[in-house]
Amino acid sequence: MTHTVTTETGAAAGGGRPRRLHIAGAALPGPGGALRTANIAVEDGRIAEVSDAGPAAGAVRVDGSGLIALPGLVDLHTHLREPGREDAETVASGTRAAARGGFTAVHAMANTDPVADTAGVVEQVWRLGQEAGHCDVWPVGAVTQGIAGSRLAELGAMADSKARVRVFSDDGHCVSDALLMRRALEYVKAFDGVIAQHAQEPRLTEGAQMNEGAVSARLGLAGWPAVAEEAIIARDCLLAAHVGSRLHVCHVSTAGSVEILRWAKSRGTQVTAEVTPHHLLLTDDLVQHYDPAYKVNPPLRTAEDVHALRAGLADGTIDCVATDHAPHPVEAKESEWSYAAMGMVGLETALSVVHLTMVETGLLDWAGVAERMSAAPARIGRLATQGRPLEPGEPANLTLYDPAPRGRVDPRSFASKSRNTPYLGIELPGRVVATLLRGRPTVLDGKLV
Amino acid sequence: MLHLISAADLSHSDAVLILDTAEELAQVGDRSVKKLPTLRGRTVVNLFFEDSTRTRISFEAAAKRLSADVLNFAVKGSSVSKGESLKDTALTLEAMGADGVVIRHNASGAPYRLAEWVRGSVINAGDGTHEHPTQALLDAFTMRRRLGRLADLRVTIVGDVLHSRVARSNVALLHTLGAQVTLVAPPTLLPVAVETWPCEVAYDLDSALPKSDVVMMLRVQRERMQAAYFPSAREYSRRYGLDAERMARLPDDAIVMHPGPMNRGMEIAAEVADSPRSTIVEQVANGVSVRMAVLYLLLGGSEPALGGGER
Ligand SMILES: [Zn+2]
Repeated sequence: MTHTVTTETGAAAGGGRPRRLHIAGAALPGPGGALRTANIAVEDGRIAEVSDAGPAAGAVRVDGSGLIALPGLVDLHTHLREPGREDAETVASGTRAAARGGFTAVHAMANTDPVADTAGVVEQVWRLGQEAGHCDVWPVGAVTQGIAGSRLAELGAMADSKARVRVFSDDGHCVSDALLMRRALEYVKAFDGVIAQHAQEPRLTEGAQMNEGAVSARLGLAGWPAVAEEAIIARDCLLAAHVGSRLHVCHVSTAGSVEILRWAKSRGTQVTAEVTPHHLLLTDDLVQHYDPAYKVNPPLRTAEDVHALRAGLADGTIDCVATDHAPHPVEAKESEWSYAAMGMVGLETALSVVHLTMVETGLLDWAGVAERMSAAPARIGRLATQGRPLEPGEPANLTLYDPAPRGRVDPRSFASKSRNTPYLGIELPGRVVATLLRGRPTVLDGKLV
Repeated sequence: MLHLISAADLSHSDAVLILDTAEELAQVGDRSVKKLPTLRGRTVVNLFFEDSTRTRISFEAAAKRLSADVLNFAVKGSSVSKGESLKDTALTLEAMGADGVVIRHNASGAPYRLAEWVRGSVINAGDGTHEHPTQALLDAFTMRRRLGRLADLRVTIVGDVLHSRVARSNVALLHTLGAQVTLVAPPTLLPVAVETWPCEVAYDLDSALPKSDVVMMLRVQRERMQAAYFPSAREYSRRYGLDAERMARLPDDAIVMHPGPMNRGMEIAAEVADSPRSTIVEQVANGVSVRMAVLYLLLGGSEPALGGGER
């Protein structure tokens, strides 16, 4: 099936972008797994109408038949690498990848060079996002200066900057000092911020190369035990409850972590959590021939963990999916396992992997996908204009997804500068056909606009 | 078989073929002319990212006795992580036309990566804390020579199993060959999930010794105590070291093995290492025979190795 875009009149051709867009016959997810077929009229960046009505004069018409309309996806965890590692990714290339993946907003992680630990750096990243224009870029601020884990960064200055930072994280490193973590949690309450913790007890993971278990024992690779994640999550849930603050847990990867989160939520702790697409699909036995494509932090775990993560995402114990898109240049992965960089690109495959692992398994319907990949991450990041329902008057941030085609992942087709995908040659379902950012197409017919 | 990277990849018949071939090739070492023309015109590269003169010399002697051209390529460990990559080195070896690459590397799994970038056979001469299959083969060869069999042989492996490539290869190979392996170590030096391995596990050396036909002592680095694997060298030695008094608990014909290099006074007492039970010197000689067999079988010499040629 191809999806054609036609301009009903020549009005748009003369100058500037079309102000009106008409999506014909797309399926809108509703409660109970229902899909309602409707036309979506977009005008001046907002959804003007959701109805059976035909196109207004001068509108660009998008054929939505067979497509699922989702609110624009929001990523809480993206490594855009700029400033510092522009050889791996830039704000421009990373946000193009995001748009291709159906995202209308990403949170840019702070572990850049220089680290995003001042108002100046977060404003720089925010401005680069504005200039690129492929999706909204919300910088994450570092919790500690230089992500060194010893002194708080100027969290308030970053919150008050143009970048309006609400999510703070030392991602890549754990805020392991319990006192510092407590203070950070308390401090950001003043501006409704949240600390996003990379939960990794550092002493238990010195030199760690992969999940600790039967596979690491056989391969002779130093283990990254589940308990090193779970111990920090348990501690941080207790701290967050004690000081009445918001905690967000990055890339939850173990069954035990899901259990701890379920317990903490049952006590009313303000904790949210994310899971990556790769932890929903891949397991540690893939490491058997030491291919660094599978090297990631936290590491790929066991089938039992994958099962528990899917169940946790389905029942809401895990609030959202976040990509942990981590681009690396070719040479960073073309080496011995122990010397290779950790991380995988994920923006352009995220929705397909969630489709495969959650929708095709019956664990989540499309309304659930909209909640976990758009509404929930927007709420956690306090983004007022993202993750909104597809209703009249709402900002026209949306994604049209064709669930029908299946294809093998070809990294050469990525918009990302990097190719470090673990899905090379794997067959995944679905394809993002169009992405609209405030009514303006960033992707049409699967191609960047 | 193209490569020898993991002892776990060897079937029972593969392993027996290597041992039998080594047995016949051992006779070459006993002759005045110690050379066979089998691998004439073939190039074997010893690619060593980690210093190990003993292992390199053993492979070099094996290759030369089969008349192969030998190139020694040593890469300093520190220059690897920054600068010359394993891939670039592999492409260089390709250009030199290496038929076989013997690789010793401090990173587990490096031979698998190398095998993706070269066409020749890759022989693992020890990779990180993963495997050392020719060591396990020479150990099995030594046991069979001394004790006449491998099936149902009771082999006790003692020490730092967690960090030992020798232990991993031995457990896999000895299991394939029908021996019964028991690992003895403090719990800190056993990998998580060791219960999934095809062997028994015990913490008490004294009770394991009387039930052992073979006791293999692994090298234990003193530095491990800095990472709290054990409290002190003295305590380790007292609980897990093999001294003369402990050795007396072994059955009469039991043998004592060590892959070397030894820490005399740590895991093994000097009087044990030098006792008639010790096979440590034979292990070195047997290493050459076993490595000749591996090179011969993998590189598939055009001349018959046995029964022809210069005999
Ligand atoms: Zn992280």
